[in-house]
Amino acid sequence: MMKHVLSAMVMNQPGVLAHISGMLASRAFNIESLAVGETERPDFSRITFVVAGDNKVVDQVRKQLEKIVTVVKVMDYRDQDILERDLMLLKVSTVDSGLSKVKELAEIFRAKIVDVGQSHVMIELSGPERKIDAFIDLMRPFGILELVRTGRIALAREVSLSVEDALKPPTPFDTSEVEIEV
Amino acid sequence: MAIVERPQTKTQTINGAEILVRGLIRQGVDVIFAYPGGCSMPLHQALTFHRDEIRTILPRHEQGGGFAAQGVARTTGEVGVCMATSGPGATNLVTAIADAKMDSIPLVAITGQVPTTVIGTDAFQETPIVEICRAITKAHYLITDVRDTARIVKEAFYIARTGRPGPVLIDFPKNVQLATIDEEPDLDPPMNLPGYHPEIRKPTSTQIREILAAIRESKKPIFYIGGGVVQSDASEEFTKFALKTGIPVATTVMGIGAFPGDHPQSLHMLGMHGTAYSNMAIAEADLLIALGVRFDDRVTGKLDEFAKHGRIIHVDIDPSELHKNKKAHIPIVGNVKDVLHGLNALVSDDDIPEMDAWWRQLNEWRDKYPLKYRDSGDFIIPQYAIDELWRQTKDRDAYVSVGVGQHQMFAAQFYKFSKPRRWLSSSGLGTMGFGLPAAMGVQAAFPDALSIDIDGDGCMLMNVQELATLSCEKLPVKILLLNNQHLGMVVQWEDRFHEGNRAHTYLGPIDHPEAVGAGDGTHYEETYPNFVQIAKGFGVEASQVRSKKEFPAALAKMLAYPGPYLLDVLTPYQEHVLPMIPSGKTVKDIILE
Repeated sequence: MMKHVLSAMVMNQPGVLAHISGMLASRAFNIESLAVGETERPDFSRITFVVAGDNKVVDQVRKQLEKIVTVVKVMDYRDQDILERDLMLLKVSTVDSGLSKVKELAEIFRAKIVDVGQSHVMIELSGPERKIDAFIDLMRPFGILELVRTGRIALAREVSLSVEDALKPPTPFDTSEVEIEV
Repeated sequence: MAIVERPQTKTQTINGAEILVRGLIRQGVDVIFAYPGGCSMPLHQALTFHRDEIRTILPRHEQGGGFAAQGVARTTGEVGVCMATSGPGATNLVTAIADAKMDSIPLVAITGQVPTTVIGTDAFQETPIVEICRAITKAHYLITDVRDTARIVKEAFYIARTGRPGPVLIDFPKNVQLATIDEEPDLDPPMNLPGYHPEIRKPTSTQIREILAAIRESKKPIFYIGGGVVQSDASEEFTKFALKTGIPVATTVMGIGAFPGDHPQSLHMLGMHGTAYSNMAIAEADLLIALGVRFDDRVTGKLDEFAKHGRIIHVDIDPSELHKNKKAHIPIVGNVKDVLHGLNALVSDDDIPEMDAWWRQLNEWRDKYPLKYRDSGDFIIPQYAIDELWRQTKDRDAYVSVGVGQHQMFAAQFYKFSKPRRWLSSSGLGTMGFGLPAAMGVQAAFPDALSIDIDGDGCMLMNVQELATLSCEKLPVKILLLNNQHLGMVVQWEDRFHEGNRAHTYLGPIDHPEAVGAGDGTHYEETYPNFVQIAKGFGVEASQVRSKKEFPAALAKMLAYPGPYLLDVLTPYQEHVLPMIPSGKTVKDIILE
């Protein structure tokens, strides 16, 4: 199934995330990941969704999100040149093969060793999903003790969903035409 | 601006409850249905200080208050308002709120809440009503700072009535109701709704011309119109365009009244219990012009087969409705009224296709499969009762509300509505017990109008307590109770799909043979419950009628009675609502007999 990335600018208020996640659940949308955090302005948050489904499903998710009053703007990153990052923290055992082998692989992946214990190290890695998946596969033989990942975050290189842009009044659905007098 | 926890003796301070009530008045509210309790007492106290501006009606159950507020909203087009206390009061509103969401009814529901200092501690009568209502409201608020009160009231009304209308919840903790400010509140503060832009949904002239081009090229066009036409007050524009083009009109349950039901161009209702000819027309049409509708499963039956020969134009104010169930060839996001205004402005005689053959076909179907009912001897069958009600009230501009079930569908089929906002039906949610409180709300909004509740005996008991409201608040609602002693619609499905096996659908004592489907088809001398006694116990005049010969006079007597009145009409339980397209099927599977 196709995966799509949507990014939403929302008002940073109590209950907004509950509203959004409840809507997604009640309409049975399949959300692979969801990451939320403050933006350049603390009264707005940005939520990045990875949605599994065809275009019709993603369009419905976008429209249903836009219907929520506290959601300011939603951007569909389909066909956009975007940078995507996941962040992972991983604890791996160094009992069997020692630290140096793990360290070598970590360096190849530009991962950081952020904590060293008697029998394990903790590694931080960020990057696209595939890179992280590949690193996890390499770490398995050493014995992964614990692993935690964030949801995806993404930004487009060209189009902007800054708070300033999101707050601009939206243009009518079809801008190519003059509105008829009604 | 100083905030204090307790009301001061100083007269110039004003508390949150007072600000909210002034906000309601500012929004034009003149009637509210409110049931008090511990956490809404300050609001009720404030309401008494404004009784000249707002009539506060005490329903006998919060759900009744919620539906009464809908009765106001559905008929006036203004925002209906109901209020309840925290906890059970608030949860009793939930069904009415969900109902308003499904039918896009503008409603503001206000609930008291426990003080913010104890929220989250499972305090007495605490319920997280905002959490409960997230999915069934258009927006929801918990007021935590008294200084936000006026803005939240303004936003709530703005959201409820604009765009696609819907219910908005305001949860108001008691300590914030009592918190005071020491200066005059600004009742028209700036709103903070950066993500809400209902005003941009305007059609373009290109889109209008696209519709006209599609009509021009069609041979068998049909209108499929729904609640959006009523809600946007577009009936007049629609009727003008329909008459200009001569295209046949089929309406949904929510669209009834948007086009005159007795006009020859009307194919009446479509869908599960719609006319055979409207459903056949939809199946054959080469152009479906869908206005303010949502392709509900009760309309479409099997989606793949619905209107499969035709192109589809779909106009709706809510972008998420387009392509949701059925892909539209010409999707237009916009207010239906704006679109119709544009169509009326740009349509020319050249746009009107030649439809003689189409109308010949439609008339043939209409002649062959008319809406009909049998001659029932001296029995009063519900179809006849509604037909007779229509004959006796058609010149009185009556408002008709219904519950849910057979009587609802019979009313939709046989009462011919000539104007919008005269028909009130819980259509999307299908809530039994809607009819009586809705009629009560209508009567409060239009004290001199004829407000009729056509109800069933099952539905009647769901909000029977509102008979007390009718009596005590002097609301002269007329109740035509079609009493077949059964849950008629479920019985119909039992008869059709479960070999008549009665599964808890008889409403009398369990030792009656009817409880297991072994009745002889007649009614007992003493029917259960005794609705006449019940009504009289509430101070509502009532009588029972069993004979068709006596029915017209009994009905006329009710309609002439000055106060509220319940006419208990005993009807056979063997009647089925026909035609019927079984759930998930197509017009090919239509049951006519």
